[in-house]
Amino acid sequence: MDRLVFLLSAGLARGAVLALFALSLVIVWRAARVVNFAQAAMAVTAVYAAFAVTSATGSYWAGLATGLATGALLGAAAERGLMRRLPHHAPLPGIIVAIGLVMVLQSGLAIAFGPEHRPMHPPFSERPFMIGGVPVLSPYDLFVLIAAAAVMGALALLFSRTSLGLQLRAAAFAPETSRLLGVRVPRMVTLGWALAVATASLAALLLVPTELGLNPHAADLLFVNAFAVAVIGGLDSPVGALLSGIGVGLLVSLVTGYASASAAPLAVLGLMTLVLLVRPGGVFAPKEARTA
Amino acid sequence: MTTPPSDPVPRLQVRGLEVAFGGLTALSGVSFDVADGETVALIGPNGAGKTTVFNAVCALVRPRAGTVRVDGRPAPSAATGLLRAGVARTLQGLGLFERMSVLENVLVPLSGIGAPDALAKARKRLEDLDLAHLAARPAGTLPYPERKRVALARALATDPRLLLLDEPAGGLGAADIAALADTVRRVAAEGCSVLLVEHHVDFVMDVADRVVVLDFGEVIACGTPEQVRTDPAVEAAYLGLEAAA
Repeated sequence: MDRLVFLLSAGLARGAVLALFALSLVIVWRAARVVNFAQAAMAVTAVYAAFAVTSATGSYWAGLATGLATGALLGAAAERGLMRRLPHHAPLPGIIVAIGLVMVLQSGLAIAFGPEHRPMHPPFSERPFMIGGVPVLSPYDLFVLIAAAAVMGALALLFSRTSLGLQLRAAAFAPETSRLLGVRVPRMVTLGWALAVATASLAALLLVPTELGLNPHAADLLFVNAFAVAVIGGLDSPVGALLSGIGVGLLVSLVTGYASASAAPLAVLGLMTLVLLVRPGGVFAPKEARTA
Repeated sequence: MTTPPSDPVPRLQVRGLEVAFGGLTALSGVSFDVADGETVALIGPNGAGKTTVFNAVCALVRPRAGTVRVDGRPAPSAATGLLRAGVARTLQGLGLFERMSVLENVLVPLSGIGAPDALAKARKRLEDLDLAHLAARPAGTLPYPERKRVALARALATDPRLLLLDEPAGGLGAADIAALADTVRRVAAEGCSVLLVEHHVDFVMDVADRVVVLDFGEVIACGTPEQVRTDPAVEAAYLGLEAAA
């Protein structure tokens, strides 16, 4: 029972990070109808920027702010410099360019910082609280949960309660109509990319201290799991990303705890395959998206 | 086809408009004006080029030749600038954001131009068009007549000086068409110029001050509804076909 409680609480924190990264994929998908396969490489680049600033200043928070800003800039630059120039009639050019960007970024990071794992220390203890003798969330897990919830809440408010969010949604759903309604669609798409990569960067920043350390491939598995989360939840559904992120986080934690770490990715991919067979648009996809 | 003498600078001035799609000439030498507060209907058989005129005015197609001026100034070269130039348009397919609420649909253009008091303006338009009770409903769940009213409310939200209506009466019943006619007359009385494309002849004859008839991309007649109704060329090209049908 103690073990179950511990695994569930650990899975919750992991799920929050997965949900955050999956949400970043959903934002890009809704803004540009592209799955950004370079999201992990871009996020890790932002984490390296954070690492460099934290190393130079000794401040985790200065590094965090730098990482988020770098992620936003990278997202905007990738959209303006690359994605906008591609033909939009087919998804293949975007996928190929994204994969090329992964190679460029990961090679560049390996050249600049070396391929080895670099330790990143969390700002709070990873030793779990004991409640009734049962280990539960650590202070860092709590920080991860609060940060992820705060960002997801802020994004939800942005999209549902602000004029900017309304324009972002309009530009994503019907770009041509939105132009006629005065919405600066290219600006909204750029902003969507910036928001998405900043969000992905935060997810990577929260994850890396709990993993082996920082290296150019540090977010690869995060991307694979988060992509599965986004597909399970429905690429068009932010709520789907949130709920399936928590679900997959718990699944990964339980499978890792009761079977083995190497079985966890198989469990995630198995679940994704099952969902694709039963509900190809994702569990929480709107009706139109499922039938499209 | 000339501007009324009391209004030297027409709200919309179209001169020598030519549009071609590849080798196909869609519009050729199309010229007409719409004065302040005037309602002009563009009619013609299917494929005559009516919607292409709209698209040229809205910078959705690039004319091969000719000019479009709004209030004496060249019309915006990008669709994004239309609302800021005081031009609003409805779409034949309505183009509603189906998953957004009715209120959000009407708020989009106000947000797009950064209008102050956007919420109050949007709610006012919904009240004007008897949509206030549906404000929170997703637009995609409404019956067709209400959806058309939402599209109209969205076009009117920014208080345009020139309103382009693409088949506003299409698919509506008699009561809804009568209400639409009242709305068009009220909008025109407030000084907004209206250019509409419509197949519903009775509606056109009811609301239009002037009618421009297109056939094969050319203006074949222009005048008051009565003048156009009795024009032999129009009867042959359009109204005659309606009568025969």
